[in-house]
Amino acid sequence: MTGNEAMGEAAIRAGCRFYAGYPITPQNELTAYMARRMREEERVFIQAESEIAAINMVYGASAAGARSMTSSSSPGISLKQEGISYMAGAQLPAVIVNVMRAGPGLGHISSSQSDYFQSTRGGGHGDYFTPTFSPASVEEAVRLVREAFEVADYYRTPVLILADAIIGQTMESIPLDVLEKPELRFKKKPGHKSWALTGARGRPANIIRSFFLYEGQLPRHNELLSKKWEKIKKSEQRSDLYQADDAHFLIVAYGSQARIVREAVDMLRNEKIKAGMFRPISLWPYPQESLTAAVKKIKKVFVIEQSLGQMVEDVRLTIPEKEILFFGKTGGEIPEIEDVVNFVKKHIKR
Amino acid sequence: MKPTYKFKKPELLHGVDTHYCSGCGHGILHRLIAEIIEELNLKEKTIGVAPVGCAVIAYNYWDFDCSEASHGRALAVATGIKRVHPSLTVFTYQGDGDLASIGLAETMHAANRGENLTCVFVNNACYGMTGGQMAPTTLIGQKTATTPLGRDPREKEGWPLKVSEILAMLPGVCFVARSSISNPAHVKQTHDYIKRAFMNQTEEKGFSIVEVLSPCPTIWQKTPEEAMNWIDTEMTKEFPLGIIKNTEVHR
Ligand SMILES: Cc1ncc(C[n+]2csc(CCOP(=O)(O)OP(=O)(O)O)c2C)c(N)n1
Repeated sequence: MTGNEAMGEAAIRAGCRFYAGYPITPQNELTAYMARRMREEERVFIQAESEIAAINMVYGASAAGARSMTSSSSPGISLKQEGISYMAGAQLPAVIVNVMRAGPGLGHISSSQSDYFQSTRGGGHGDYFTPTFSPASVEEAVRLVREAFEVADYYRTPVLILADAIIGQTMESIPLDVLEKPELRFKKKPGHKSWALTGARGRPANIIRSFFLYEGQLPRHNELLSKKWEKIKKSEQRSDLYQADDAHFLIVAYGSQARIVREAVDMLRNEKIKAGMFRPISLWPYPQESLTAAVKKIKKVFVIEQSLGQMVEDVRLTIPEKEILFFGKTGGEIPEIEDVVNFVKKHIKR
Repeated sequence: MKPTYKFKKPELLHGVDTHYCSGCGHGILHRLIAEIIEELNLKEKTIGVAPVGCAVIAYNYWDFDCSEASHGRALAVATGIKRVHPSLTVFTYQGDGDLASIGLAETMHAANRGENLTCVFVNNACYGMTGGQMAPTTLIGQKTATTPLGRDPREKEGWPLKVSEILAMLPGVCFVARSSISNPAHVKQTHDYIKRAFMNQTEEKGFSIVEVLSPCPTIWQKTPEEAMNWIDTEMTKEFPLGIIKNTEVHR
């Protein structure tokens, strides 16, 4: 399966009852997969008239209590931002997949990591964050989609899967048990989704809203949301290490870049250079605790991205006392393994 | 002699003061909707979708499940709700800026998909909430904050957009009617149209829309009475009242 199709299947197995999307490369396989499979499962698939319509349909389906998903790629995700902001404000869960392509503008359909800022800094208007998970393989994409639905429901907030186009397009086998026996982290709470719009039968009317007109209401609401963001920051940091135990040099990379860096680490180790890798899986919340711990004995930190340097800002915020060196390629160009190796070697010689 | 009241406050209307200006049409329409849902015994089966516009907090006045929608997207939100709960009655309540300008794509496509939804379209020929700018439905010559000399097609400000007539052309649409609330007879007519639009949904007939010409004395700079008269004398010339389409949707 391609990453795109696998994410669709993962959503279906996670109980996704509603999908709406609008065609855009490089995520078209996901929409097409859902068109076929959701019908088979007697669930809802809608090809929306735009990304704006799609996210608002998801808003409605989520307000109605259904696990819901939409997917798109960078320009389409920009269009969804108002809707995502409304969902964060109205506390509606959903999973939003962004299979990133290169920008700005129409840019290029090739793989890129240039939506990091948009994803981790709120993206739309207002004081909010979107939990953002970034897979480095098809198998991980499946796990993360599953988890994203749980995190979304648990915290009542939209969750982003930020996948590089390469992950969406790559075909990889997935161990069956990943799909079939998902590990559940959160137990359903009593009164699960009692806020949903189902018709006011035997209960007071429910209202889904993000608008707070009267004095003091919005500050109170935002304080409440702020507690949620703090809790997510504490509980939902995820990351991975490779050859980091005895490393002198740590390379930080996420998504598809982490696969290139992994090979670069192996090549550096062959040359007796003690390199290791730190791979953020959650981009918001940024895995600050584990990064701080990982760099204790590190001399230099390298950040590799397929952008002009976006995640590197979070690295600088987390470990300002370290020397941090950035290497990136923009516009859909991919740093080669040798580029990474040479960059590291150049900077450790001095 | 004590006065006798034929009408009681519908139970689905919270007995609170509204935020509307005096002479505004939203109050009458909120009441009609509450009444109709009560008459059809649909309180426990109804979900309303409020717009962004003056009616943004309509849910504060109604006693049934409601959602807000971002500006213009009420019919996309309603589509999501209805597809998850096909047995519930889902309606949107939208102004002309919301439905016919920023949300035109969502309106056209929900209608063209033949979504089994009910739409109450409040045409007050202006943007009320933002201070009286031109709406797609603003009449030729009508002065607004953004057409200070009066809307002029020669200045490329366009003509009043007849959304209802356009929607009536779509096969997914089963019922289109336009009414006003300028006098008690028209209010009664509006009641009957909206009720039909709700019943169509229960009968799974497809997309129904009722456009209501509704006064905005504040923006029009008229007294409430003058505003009602202006609907009859000016608005209905551009937007004639009556049933525009009433069919079964062929699937
Ligand atoms: C995306 C976005 N654009 C603009 C606005 C500002 N805005 C709020 S209400 C409105 C127009 C409302 O007019 P209408 O739909 O005719 O309803 P009315 O207020 O007249 O009842 C506008 C432009 C907004 N809230 N969101």
